[in-house]
Amino acid sequence: MNSERKVRLLVGKVGLDGHDRGAKVIARALRDGGFEVIYTGLHQTPEMVVQTAIQEDVDALCLSILSGAHMTLFPKVLELLRDQHAGDIKVLGGGIIPDDDIPRLKEAGVLEIFTPGATLPSIVQFVRDHVPPRNLEETHVQRD
Amino acid sequence: MSKTVEKHKPETRRKGERDVRFTTISDMPVEPLYGPGDPPDFTPDRDLGQPGQYPFTRGIHENMYRGRVWTMRQFAGFGTATDTNNRYKYLLEHGTTGLSVAFDLPTLMGVDSNHPLALGEVGKEGVAIDTLADMETLFADIPLDQVSTSMTINAPASVIFAMYLAVAEKQGASRNSLRGTLQNDIFKEYIAQKEWIYPPRPHLRLITDLLGFCCDQVPQWNTISISGYHIREAGSTAVQELAFTLADGIGYVQAGIDAGLDMEVFAPRLSFFFNAHNDFFEEIAKLRAARRIWARIMRERFAAKDPRAWKLRMHVQTAGCSLTAQQPVNNVARVTMQALAAVLGGTQSLHTNSMDETLCLPTEHAVRVALRTQQIIAEESGVTNTVDPLGGSYFVESLTSRIEGEAMAYIRQIDEMGGIINAIEANYPQKEIAEASFHYQQQLDSHEKVMIGVNSHTAGDDSRPEVLTIGPEVEEEQLRRLNEIRHKRDQVALDRTLVNLQTAARGEDNTMPHILEAVRAYGTVGEISDALKEVFGSYQETSVF
Repeated sequence: MNSERKVRLLVGKVGLDGHDRGAKVIARALRDGGFEVIYTGLHQTPEMVVQTAIQEDVDALCLSILSGAHMTLFPKVLELLRDQHAGDIKVLGGGIIPDDDIPRLKEAGVLEIFTPGATLPSIVQFVRDHVPPRNLEETHVQRD
Repeated sequence: MSKTVEKHKPETRRKGERDVRFTTISDMPVEPLYGPGDPPDFTPDRDLGQPGQYPFTRGIHENMYRGRVWTMRQFAGFGTATDTNNRYKYLLEHGTTGLSVAFDLPTLMGVDSNHPLALGEVGKEGVAIDTLADMETLFADIPLDQVSTSMTINAPASVIFAMYLAVAEKQGASRNSLRGTLQNDIFKEYIAQKEWIYPPRPHLRLITDLLGFCCDQVPQWNTISISGYHIREAGSTAVQELAFTLADGIGYVQAGIDAGLDMEVFAPRLSFFFNAHNDFFEEIAKLRAARRIWARIMRERFAAKDPRAWKLRMHVQTAGCSLTAQQPVNNVARVTMQALAAVLGGTQSLHTNSMDETLCLPTEHAVRVALRTQQIIAEESGVTNTVDPLGGSYFVESLTSRIEGEAMAYIRQIDEMGGIINAIEANYPQKEIAEASFHYQQQLDSHEKVMIGVNSHTAGDDSRPEVLTIGPEVEEEQLRRLNEIRHKRDQVALDRTLVNLQTAARGEDNTMPHILEAVRAYGTVGEISDALKEVFGSYQETSVF
């Protein structure tokens, strides 16, 4: 395991939701926090973000959803990651997510959900503490 | 350029003051006191004039709310057309004076409810509309010659407007009698709201076709609601909101002129849509400055002769992004101040947000409180008794002039880039907004700016209100309706209308009558948009952060 490698993150917007203010602010804060950050841009399908996450060998996928479609889209992304043997890519979420939905999303496999009021330093710190670089060699062997 | 978001040099605190710097929420400095001589070079005759007269700083009507108060227009839409039709009837019974349609994301993006990207989104953030049949249900038992209807639709605006015209026809309402507003502002989609279909230049063709069609046939319709609301929600400052909106307006007027339309006829039908955020005086000044700048642009830059073309008519909505999920009842207080700012700024129409909108689409209870807030301002507060009560205030006039000056600097910059489309293609407004929103978030994190319940006074009532949820049955029902229509309609007749539409789009014929034909043949929003996409292409954003 190469602990020197910078953690790579994919910030993504899935679905038709065009509210990218939060995603862009977070992407910039994470980049300033020392991570390698890729932003998918808008209007991605779950298939598209999962494909990008795998191709780019990211360590975590940070999805921003403000449209109310989170209970459909997060489980779909997690399922696709598992199907493609990339279940070790962590999934984090942010957006307008009602409190009652948060435990259900975590149970489904989302590592953490950040809602309005979460500060940028707290999000950066969380990623530092909970998203280690993946062991890519092992992952690649598994996929072959 | 980003003067308002630059870090100022460290200064020392004035004796006896709470802070080193006092600034508006947009980071505009505020002095301890304003007096005679503020703002410098202030000439009341030139800068204020009389209410109802150029440059309309004090309002577009001579007697403002003494004549008639603003239109209380609550934006609503969710679930199926039947659900939303019921909500409209509820709002009309409770004294709302204009309808305002919220469409769901698939409709806003011009895709049908069965499109892969629509998964989980059908009916969630607005009403799902696929075909004319949905629109007929949406306005069932609502006489379109008697209400005014605002429709927040942009990329597929021509298609939705054609559906509205077709419903009116079926009701027997004449086109002359139709009143309402189509948002139809594609520039701010590329800048902020991000619901587009085609690239900017071909899309403008659809807009000028619609302007021409309405000038001839739907004379009372407001064809574009040039919107700063979404720019502000995306994180801009007040000045950026104003500047980019007016630059968009300049872009539409120029496009109309370039298409050979008569500015004296189409320009008076353009209207504007602004945000009312928390900073009370800054917002009032912004709305006053908006009228003054637009009047000068229309009279001096475009040499419009009809005074109706000089008047900036506006709708205002309170700032969704200012509301908090924490202690949500506090949002009633925020909305009250924002609504009061909109009224003191002289708006023609107002939407007040509901306290629960950070959690869900508003419940009936929350919507009623929001509407009552407007009624309390209109009928109890007394602020409607005189015109522009803050006119002549040293502070308000100083802010108004300062905002005008800074907005004009942005507009000049955009002119130098060759206009708003070039600026959009260079990501200029997008970058300025991203910068401002990041700066504001840092100010929140450092407690330099405050949101009660979020970074200050966080202890207390976190009782969660009742929320409205849209279940999966809405999507199922909508897909069933869509399938049914697709089986019932005459596919050959529809295909013929789509071919005719493409021929018009490739040539010079106005596309509106052809879109209307396709709508009457029960073509879907997605099918009609896809037909045009084959001619116009699709838009791809290069994302910046």
